[in-house]
Amino acid sequence: MGDSQYSFSLTTFSPSGKLVQIEHALTAVGSGQTSLGIKASNGVVIATEKKLPSILVDEASVQKIQHLTPNIGTVYSGMGPDFRVLVRKSRKQAEQYLRLYKEPIPVTQLVRETATVMQEFTQSGGVRPFGVSLLVAGYDDKGPQLYQVDPSGSYFSWKASAMGKNVSNAKTFLEKRYTEDMELDDAIHTAILTLKEGFEGEISSKNIEIGKIGADKIFRVLTPAEIDDYLAEVE
Amino acid sequence: MSIFEYNGSAVVAMVGKNCFAIASDRRLGVQLQTIATDFQRISKIHDHLFIGLSGLATDVQTLYQRLVFRHKLYQLREERDMKPETFASLVSAILYEKRFGPYLCQPVIAGLGDDNKPFICTMDSIGAKELAKDFVVSGTASESLYGACEAMFKPDMEAEELFETISQALLSSVDRDCLSGWGGHVYVVTPDEIKEKILKGRMD
Repeated sequence: MGDSQYSFSLTTFSPSGKLVQIEHALTAVGSGQTSLGIKASNGVVIATEKKLPSILVDEASVQKIQHLTPNIGTVYSGMGPDFRVLVRKSRKQAEQYLRLYKEPIPVTQLVRETATVMQEFTQSGGVRPFGVSLLVAGYDDKGPQLYQVDPSGSYFSWKASAMGKNVSNAKTFLEKRYTEDMELDDAIHTAILTLKEGFEGEISSKNIEIGKIGADKIFRVLTPAEIDDYLAEVE
Repeated sequence: MSIFEYNGSAVVAMVGKNCFAIASDRRLGVQLQTIATDFQRISKIHDHLFIGLSGLATDVQTLYQRLVFRHKLYQLREERDMKPETFASLVSAILYEKRFGPYLCQPVIAGLGDDNKPFICTMDSIGAKELAKDFVVSGTASESLYGACEAMFKPDMEAEELFETISQALLSSVDRDCLSGWGGHVYVVTPDEIKEKILKGRMD
């Protein structure tokens, strides 16, 4: 990298005080497939569209929702490969915490460390920001928690949130439908209805993915059969 | 002569009913010469967690400073105190980091966990944890301490009786060890308060 044209950080401030690469990263997120999360009184649900580029793709092998620890799961909107890198780093950080303290990592701590990684890629030379926003769902001693982490490295705790193509419609829908005392099953129904709002084509268990965690503190991705049951209830 | 016997020390911790006691001697020596009779071997990490360190005095002080540093950062990040079990795992990891050039200390950790359940453990100088339900000992007087504790210990003692028992066990053990003694320092910790007492034994 001797060429002087590329020897400064891609994330240099613009005169208006913005970091242009982060803005572009957010655009990449905004054109990704819709995903959303809802925090219920007794658990958290996260869900995403799973639109595959062709009917020839083996959809059972694609899994967008991933575990970070047995009690924390995550989903993304944006670039899949960037997501894989972040999942790998977060899993390692969670295991390092467990090895040091022999205690499972609290959700807030894992979110903070992941966000720190994402921030580092906005302030280092020769790298670009991650093109994903994450929704992290977990259940620990502080109860159910839902966090959104952006390419800039900022993170917020949400009662319900959406990201990706259909974000504004989805958020409006969630604002109307969300109640504080919602239970996990209601939240799953609401999540499906929200995904359905902006869905192009027919929604089915083959083109959405749902992950949930309840008071049992075990994060699980629902099987297609379970998703079919919920879809039937929603009809 | 072993480096662990350079300064002389005796530390013991005992479990009671929803309480614990941790005690140490007060002598700081340089082999046969006594140079201080008020050396602090037990330190508070937080209101329900104490650590007693026996062994080489310089490592006792440095290790304590490192552990307080780590715990303070943990408190700031996680907005809570460390559980005793978690702290014990941390101490074990820190000691093992120096596996091939270790801190010459043997920690005794005592704390009240969730539901005010007492927790005690000890470890060797490279972090091998030893959990116990009744008592743990460490230092140059450890062999005498094992005998005294085994004889005097009863399960589920209240704070008053626990104080008497641990004090008698400590004083009688250090009397048989020329490198430790010059009184005792006892902490009895219940969910609501910390009682700190200085013992006067044979001053020799």
